[in-house]
Amino acid sequence: MNPAKVEDKLAVNKFDIDKEVHIRIREDICKKCEEHYCLYACPASCFKITEDHITFSYEGCLECGSCQIVCDKEAVDWALPRGGFGICYQYG
Amino acid sequence: MKQIFDAIVVGAGPAGCACSFTMAKAGLKTLLVERGKFPGAKNMWGGVFYGPTLNQLFPSFWQEAPVERYIKRHRLSLLTKDASLSAEFTAKKFGKVPYNGFSLFRAKFDRWFAAKAEQAGAILASGLQADDLLWDGNRVAGIKAGGDELPSSAVIACDGVNSFLSEKAGLRDKLSPRDMKQGVKEVIHLPRNLIELRFNLSGEEGIAWEFIGSFTRGIPGGAFIYTNKESLSIGVVVQLSTLAENKIEANDLLEEFKQHSEVATYLAGGKLLEYSAHLIPVAGSAMMPALYTDGFLVAGDAAAFTLTTGLTLEGANFAIASGLAAAETVIRSKQIGDFSQKSLSYYPELLKKSFVLKDLKTFKKAPHFLENPRIYSLYPEIACDLAEKIFTNDGKPRRKIWKLLRKSMERKISFWQVFRDLKKIKKAL
Ligand SMILES: Cc1cc2nc3c(=O)[nH]c(=O)nc-3n(C[C@H](O)[C@H](O)[C@H](O)COP(=O)(O)OP(=O)(O)OC[C@H]3O[C@@H](n4cnc5c(N)ncnc54)[C@H](O)[C@@H]3O)c2cc1C
Repeated sequence: MNPAKVEDKLAVNKFDIDKEVHIRIREDICKKCEEHYCLYACPASCFKITEDHITFSYEGCLECGSCQIVCDKEAVDWALPRGGFGICYQYG
Repeated sequence: MKQIFDAIVVGAGPAGCACSFTMAKAGLKTLLVERGKFPGAKNMWGGVFYGPTLNQLFPSFWQEAPVERYIKRHRLSLLTKDASLSAEFTAKKFGKVPYNGFSLFRAKFDRWFAAKAEQAGAILASGLQADDLLWDGNRVAGIKAGGDELPSSAVIACDGVNSFLSEKAGLRDKLSPRDMKQGVKEVIHLPRNLIELRFNLSGEEGIAWEFIGSFTRGIPGGAFIYTNKESLSIGVVVQLSTLAENKIEANDLLEEFKQHSEVATYLAGGKLLEYSAHLIPVAGSAMMPALYTDGFLVAGDAAAFTLTTGLTLEGANFAIASGLAAAETVIRSKQIGDFSQKSLSYYPELLKKSFVLKDLKTFKKAPHFLENPRIYSLYPEIACDLAEKIFTNDGKPRRKIWKLLRKSMERKISFWQVFRDLKKIKKAL
């Protein structure tokens, strides 16, 4: 069976994960945010919500930039991982 | 630091490769900087590559470039939850040299293209990211990358849709989610013979199959299946703003699409090889940044040079053509020894003469038109409903097709509204 959940799909991809975190979120802003567009915009399900708290894990990031564009509160501090790190597509 | 390079190209996608190839070939000292481990490592697309521009650069490129299949068939399907209405076009011409389009993988193609630039004399630095611009007063004077300062007479930003460099150069504002579509895609392995049987293909023939319908739940966008040699590329492409506002994830739409009875049979037995995502700038000229400033040019997706007509999505050919125009501009600047904004204004002049800005102008109204949600749910529904009425034999006396259409539209939409939408097609497409 092929995976249907994003987390499981990401497992087939090749990543060279950087030790440095390339995306940070401003939790103080996220706490007050009602829309949480990031949750839906991220195609790699990197954003998770627990109670009133947004958490972010950068490891599965596909570097598309959606989260930063969709966040109208500028709470996503998005940068690219260092050169050579991150997603490494074999097909693309 | 001493200046070694005439030009630094940031990004080894189709725009950057075409640009650096051309400048290097003309004898300019050219550096091509790519943040991926290799060119293509960061790049995903549908995709169908349309060849004429590349064919001018490398005649019969398909003989050496890593293409998958040439596109012999184009199919469009309208889907509702449990029905589907399709149209297919194929022509002998599409099966003959120079072919019309090719399916290909970016992780392979971009690598090939960048190697071409290297062979022409450009220096390729993979795994290196341009972090910032180098300034000399108001003039862009190079880049900062990997802790080094690299000066050059010209910087060409071919850094794709998120182009941080054009933002840093002050040529564009923050991007709007309304102007973006998000594409998510799976590459699914299937044996060659199964692909050919299922899709009615032989040899190197391929199909480009586009879908619109209920699976996007009214969100502007659609889905695609493209055949590769031994795999399928299957994905959905949806407007980012509406996706988030409706609290829907693109992957859920992709799953819904894959499970549609009309789609699932084609995928059966296939194995997932890769899951990828990328944005597409789709607002055309409305979102175009300023294209140049002193010592600095923007090409490809970074300049939002893509074309969507609802039935087709093109960007790679626009990237190449704009990369070439940028190269020609910089070569001229080098000859006259002037990289000022005034001198670089040659760039938009060239683009206006090519299909790049001509097409964007012709389809200026298309992006707005394509936001009409009726295209993605109501019209496919009506079309499928009408087809069902036409093809169903329930043993009762027949009614005129015109009356069936009226029945299909009943309580859903007025003829007046349809007429208004049709009128908009005329303007937009
Ligand atoms: C889902 C989807 C389907 C598509 N389908 C089609 C299709 O069928 N046909 C078609 O013609 N087009 C299609 N496109 C569009 C097409 O992929 C793009 O228009 C095209 O890739 C643009 O080329 P580019 O060179 O401008 O940018 P990209 O191909 O995005 O290349 C940019 C390069 O710059 C690099 N880079 C970025 N920032 C830096 C930095 N700071 N330092 C160093 N390197 C950097 C990136 O790693 C990348 O290699 C599709 C796009 C998507 C997302």
